[in-house]
Amino acid sequence: MAQTLYDKLWDAHLVEQRDDGTSLIYIDRHLIHEVTSAQAFEGLSLAGRAPWRKSANLAVPDHNVSTLQTERAGGLAALPDPVSRIQLQTLDDNCETFGIAEIPLSDIRQGIVHVIGPEQGAVLPGMTVVCGDSHTSTHGALGALAHGIGTSEVEHVLATQCLIQKKMKNFKVEVSGRLEAGVSAKDLALAIIGRIGTAGGTGYALEFTGDAVKALTMEGRMTLCNMAIEAGARCGLVAVDEVTLEYARGKPLAPKESQWAAAEAWWRTLRSDDGAHFDRAIEIEGSAVKAQVSWGTSPEMVASVDGHVPRLSEMPDETARQGLKRALDYMGLDEGMPITDIQPDAIFIGSCTNSRIEDLREAAAVLKGRRVSSRIKKALVVPGSGVVKAQAEAEGLDQIFLDAGMEWREPGCSMCLAMNADRLNPGERCASTSNRNFEGRQGSGGRTHLVSPAMAAAAAVMGRFASVDAVGAVSPVTAGGE
Amino acid sequence: MQAFTQHDGLVAPMDRANVDTDLMIPKQFLKSIKRSGFGPNLFDELRYLDEGVPDADNSSRPLNPDFPLNFPRYQNASILLARENFGCGSSREHAAWALADDGFCCVIAPSFADIFRSNAFKNGILPIEFSSEQMDVLFAMMYETEGFRLAVDLVAQVVTLPNGDAWSFEVDAFRRDCLLQGLDDVGITLQSTEAIRAFEEIHARRFPWLFEDLVL
Ligand code: SF4
Repeated sequence: MAQTLYDKLWDAHLVEQRDDGTSLIYIDRHLIHEVTSAQAFEGLSLAGRAPWRKSANLAVPDHNVSTLQTERAGGLAALPDPVSRIQLQTLDDNCETFGIAEIPLSDIRQGIVHVIGPEQGAVLPGMTVVCGDSHTSTHGALGALAHGIGTSEVEHVLATQCLIQKKMKNFKVEVSGRLEAGVSAKDLALAIIGRIGTAGGTGYALEFTGDAVKALTMEGRMTLCNMAIEAGARCGLVAVDEVTLEYARGKPLAPKESQWAAAEAWWRTLRSDDGAHFDRAIEIEGSAVKAQVSWGTSPEMVASVDGHVPRLSEMPDETARQGLKRALDYMGLDEGMPITDIQPDAIFIGSCTNSRIEDLREAAAVLKGRRVSSRIKKALVVPGSGVVKAQAEAEGLDQIFLDAGMEWREPGCSMCLAMNADRLNPGERCASTSNRNFEGRQGSGGRTHLVSPAMAAAAAVMGRFASVDAVGAVSPVTAGGE
Repeated sequence: MQAFTQHDGLVAPMDRANVDTDLMIPKQFLKSIKRSGFGPNLFDELRYLDEGVPDADNSSRPLNPDFPLNFPRYQNASILLARENFGCGSSREHAAWALADDGFCCVIAPSFADIFRSNAFKNGILPIEFSSEQMDVLFAMMYETEGFRLAVDLVAQVVTLPNGDAWSFEVDAFRRDCLLQGLDDVGITLQSTEAIRAFEEIHARRFPWLFEDLVL
């Protein structure tokens, strides 16, 4: 029978199917970070259990780390925030105690868990991958079945190497044609969420297909799958092709030469068969996708940069009107205002959505030879990993950002969730390449607009949202102006 | 885990769609390495007028008088009424810990985000789905009647309203069993140790590269 990619990955990891409709699924790779693991390790200790298969696990600190070089130079012990220090130390201690491989904070390979996993080859096509973080969906870009889990499940995977799951339904998002120049995977992701809503993918595995998806680089595919969770889908998927194989080849933890042929043979089967059944499918014309900016407090509240904030009269019912009112109130925006009239105070380029080398190149291309508008109070560029950072520096991208007046930081989650000192002040408005614009996400009272790296760079230069073409063609907003 | 069979409790509202887990427990509390004590920080940004800090005493913080969960009539509520897509966003189980720690053992909504639903069950919280129309009825009754209570019976899978109406609900059979008996998942799965070992052997033969030692 014709199978979807998700069906194939599911079948290859099915340990046991139970009468009550649940199944035991075997987990190949478990990624661990400091914020959702301490309580799981504690549970393991209390029950006197050991990890089932140590080498399935890889840990890295990322969420709660300082991104300032000055603060990191002294190592863990010198970090200024004592509460964060304890959490980071606990991760180190747990890895030590339980014999789990960890990339420590001081290692050049340290970075955001979803950046370093693929980068190190710790995530490979065909794997089942879990992590106590919802953006684990990122790894589906490699044709891996990857999703986020809660802390109880972290403990469960550590103890049993399995997860209790119910099979999801299949959802196909087919993007035909090509994305226009200046439109990136991030814009596509936001456009899809805008179309199906933040609960549109709930209960589904979301497979992205079509020529426009095949034309994406691995970085672009990761951006797309990363945002699957913002559409409610625990996992996103892209079929394996030459781009995938090329990406996996030569990664530090990739299969050895002697195993490569067998691996490649299996990986090449990882695509949905012709005629496979999808429970739901939508089609999107790639060329119709425009650069997006989120205007509200949910990732489905998006508009194209040449569009406007919705009007109350455009809402279908009272609940929607109330939702819009609350969002506009929080965001400090007027109904119907053009997106290009929105003026950010801060810029954040980073997060597991957009902190890979391509993302930095995309932003640097817009910023090269330009200065950040004087109305921007802070502008952070936070590479996704030490490896990305080194690559960017080798290409001179860091200098472009610094010359533009931005800060070039050490890798970590940073202002994506603002657990550390990188955060917005109440009322501050940020053009952010991250993935969530929830109330308070980037700091209590902070206002987030989700955008692509190119759009964040354009907003930095112009002091307002602007199409990338407008940069240089129209004069920017400055601190004294408007 | 606390078993859940029957529960009769006071009902409180969280009357907005897409309540995300960031809203339920803001990130600064994620620095904790404990799993208890999050109750006072449930909905922290809505609940208090100042900004919360982890491991602090919350009892003297200024409460937001406009936030329904602060109203005297909803004190000691154990059942939360909510709207679509409750618990979306971050996978943080702290959200479920905070709900449980604040005394909630049941959330009733038209729909839940997948990861939150799973986290809720694992912490003795029963997520019940009723249609949007049914939710409208419950919300209206609750707003009208101070001291509005519901009786939840997981054994019979019904919620009984004060007027005697009994509404049945669906729940995953496995999750129901676990809640009824207060079973923890790890213990259940380890009963399948043989099956896991057998699978692992075949898996390792098929995909040997997955079983190399992870050497950094
Ligand atoms: S970058 Fe943001 S979304 Fe990604 S793992 Fe870190 S906190 Fe989560």
